[in-house]
Amino acid sequence: MKEDIERIVALYPPERRFALAAMQDMQRQFNYIPAEGLDALSAAMGIPIAQLYSMATFYRALSLKPKGRHIIKICDGTACHISGSEVLAAALHDAIGIRPGEVTEDGAFSLETVNCLGSCAVAPVMLIDDTHFGGVTPDRLAAIIEEVGAK
Amino acid sequence: MSTHTIRVCCGTGCIANGSRGVAAALREAAARAGAPAVSVETQVKATGCHGFCAKGPVVAVDPDGISYYQVKESDAEEIVASLGGAPVERLLFRREDGTFARGEADNPFYEGQVKIALRNVGKIDPLSLGDYRARGGYEALEKALAMAPEDIIAEVEKSGLRGRGGAGFPTGTKWRSCAACEETQRYVVCNGDEGDPGAFMDGYIMEGDPHSVIEGLAICALAVGAEEGFFYIRDEYLVALDHMARALADAEAAGILGDSVLGSGRRLRFEIVRGGGAFVCGESTALMASIEGRVGEPRAKYIRSVQKGLWDKPTVLNNVETLATVPVILKEGYEAVQELGVGRSRGTKTFAMVGKVKNGGLVEVPMGTTIRQLVFGNGGGIAGGRPFKSIQTGGPSGGCLPESLLDLPVDYESLDANGTMVGSGGMIVMDDRNCMVDVAKYYVGFLAQESCGKCTPCREGLRHMHAILTGICEGKGTEADIERLEELGFTLKEASLCALGKTAANPVLSTLRYFKEEYLSHIQDGFCPAGVCRALVVFGIDAEKCKACGLCAGSCPASCISGEGKQPYEIDAARCTACGNCRKACHFEAIHPEKRMAV
Ligand SMILES: Cc1cc2nc3c(=O)[nH]c(=O)nc-3n(C[C@H](O)[C@H](O)[C@H](O)COP(=O)(O)O)c2cc1C
Ligand code: SF4
Ligand code: FES
Ligand code: FES
Repeated sequence: MKEDIERIVALYPPERRFALAAMQDMQRQFNYIPAEGLDALSAAMGIPIAQLYSMATFYRALSLKPKGRHIIKICDGTACHISGSEVLAAALHDAIGIRPGEVTEDGAFSLETVNCLGSCAVAPVMLIDDTHFGGVTPDRLAAIIEEVGAK
Repeated sequence: MSTHTIRVCCGTGCIANGSRGVAAALREAAARAGAPAVSVETQVKATGCHGFCAKGPVVAVDPDGISYYQVKESDAEEIVASLGGAPVERLLFRREDGTFARGEADNPFYEGQVKIALRNVGKIDPLSLGDYRARGGYEALEKALAMAPEDIIAEVEKSGLRGRGGAGFPTGTKWRSCAACEETQRYVVCNGDEGDPGAFMDGYIMEGDPHSVIEGLAICALAVGAEEGFFYIRDEYLVALDHMARALADAEAAGILGDSVLGSGRRLRFEIVRGGGAFVCGESTALMASIEGRVGEPRAKYIRSVQKGLWDKPTVLNNVETLATVPVILKEGYEAVQELGVGRSRGTKTFAMVGKVKNGGLVEVPMGTTIRQLVFGNGGGIAGGRPFKSIQTGGPSGGCLPESLLDLPVDYESLDANGTMVGSGGMIVMDDRNCMVDVAKYYVGFLAQESCGKCTPCREGLRHMHAILTGICEGKGTEADIERLEELGFTLKEASLCALGKTAANPVLSTLRYFKEEYLSHIQDGFCPAGVCRALVVFGIDAEKCKACGLCAGSCPASCISGEGKQPYEIDAARCTACGNCRKACHFEAIHPEKRMAV
């Protein structure tokens, strides 16, 4: 982990404006921002830890807690909301036993809701890692989860 | 020998329907058919959105003018085999009267559309600079380089172009104030944050025609005398981010950007900043704070950002669609935009029309087009033939309009006067199975979550409004709640710092204005007529209409529907969770909401 953190920090000039980008890279690499990452960034860019912490908690793209190996995002944007995204969230709870914000015990999945994935015309929409699924029904959901979980 | 180009939509909408697989299958099929015996040359292009996203994956064939919908990988062979001959009929769009539309030209979805901002989206390979240039791309930039900044600004002013990102501020005026500043270190910024849930035009322009946005920002920079610029792009937009980054790199490599723009000696450097996933960061001052590497909180605007923006330097911030329109104004003259539209709303606007509309997608129409034309003309009416109930425009700062206003023209002034706004261009169509109190609660909940918390009316007011609306949806509301909502709405409008808070009450105020009876049903009768608020509803089966097909029983997760043989089915109200699956499953309108009785 230490090496990855150093590599990410070294990608950017030591200026405040790159802090968000560096934290996003860490988020992508580790699925969360480790405390060591904040320390390293603070030292390299000369930004107080408290300020980095406030950014890490302000921006939705960042999290301080580890997430699952696969990240499921259920869209709860307006179009998806009125097309039954809540029913999907309930069906997912039945299937893998977690609610938005939680991680499965085996660390395989974490579940989040997001405010629009940009495929609104085929609502309700779900994103697993980098793959979009449109027009998801509770029936199809089970098959999708099984397929991804097997990987 | 005939040559055909197959354009496969690989916009985010179609990707979610599996279009990348379709593109691969078509490429393979074309390669296989490419044996000398076949006299067709085929090129398969992955393009941006064709507009008709609801029927994706969409595949078009040039120069034949054919469009296919809901194409599967297994259709690839047949499409390639048909090239040059009759189209594959079963994949064409079937019009209301049962006849087939050959392509966009005779498909009602495209009727009355005029594509300015979307001129290349769906037509070109967004990753090909050659494709963009072949359609006149970067000619406007060349022209701008030979013009005095003052003349560029005058042309944009004359076009009447106003910001497409929400506020509708005249673009030329904004540029002029920035160009007039004393400080010469200036910046330009493109707002690609598109946080409005249910709107996707900016994302689709960036992924489908990234160079048009780059060209727009470059022209803006020349006009206001900036050398550096930023694209602030929403982090969830994976394809848009990727395409913008590659287009920027290509433009630099081709000498279009960099130390000598098209050999002029002028310098332009653009950078991409990934958004952090906060709605409020779409607000201009919060966005700038975010670029500077701080928490994205808005600031008070006694000093405008055209004078003191990024790092306290004069800064112009424009929306993606605004910028994508700019090259057309320069290349074709201000008339191209000015001659379209109504009143003070000139040109076209792109709308993301989704929800319960039958043919949803991305439409670009002249300002002043009526809502009826959009929903019932282009959109083909409501899915499943259900009744239209409302259309929500303008996103979380907008409002819901009722059926009686279907003939309202869509322009900045008309929507404003009726309690909503054009906003970024989201349009969510709702039918009789959508509860307007639930919709208001949804938006307020969204905004309460997204409020940056800097000022009290917004932070506390929204939380309070959400609690009241939740109470109403759970049958705990009183008539005094309506007054309280109005009062809180007023306070938010008057006392909030930024437009998020100032406009946050619009969804509530507009639904109270047009759908008050629905609030009263919840409050007085303890019933949600749309069948959405689960605490107030159970579903019942109309024995007259039930055909005993059993579809409902199969769809019920609570297994509370029973029935046998030809007898009408029954729902055990005590166990019904009101999820509504059965109502969706029933083909005979036999299932309806009933009041949930207290136990
Ligand atoms: C809470 C909030 C969110 C906003 N989000 C966006 C957005 O996602 N995209 C956008 O272009 N403008 C957004 N705006 C409007 C911008 O503040 C700004 O008016 C606009 O980007 C200016 O560009 P334009 O004049 O070309 O429209 C938002 C405003 C507010 C108050
Ligand atoms: S109105 Fe809301 S979002 Fe805007 S500054 Fe105040 S608290 Fe933040
Ligand atoms: S609202 Fe769900 S993808 Fe846009
Ligand atoms: S994304 Fe394919 S038609 Fe819109």
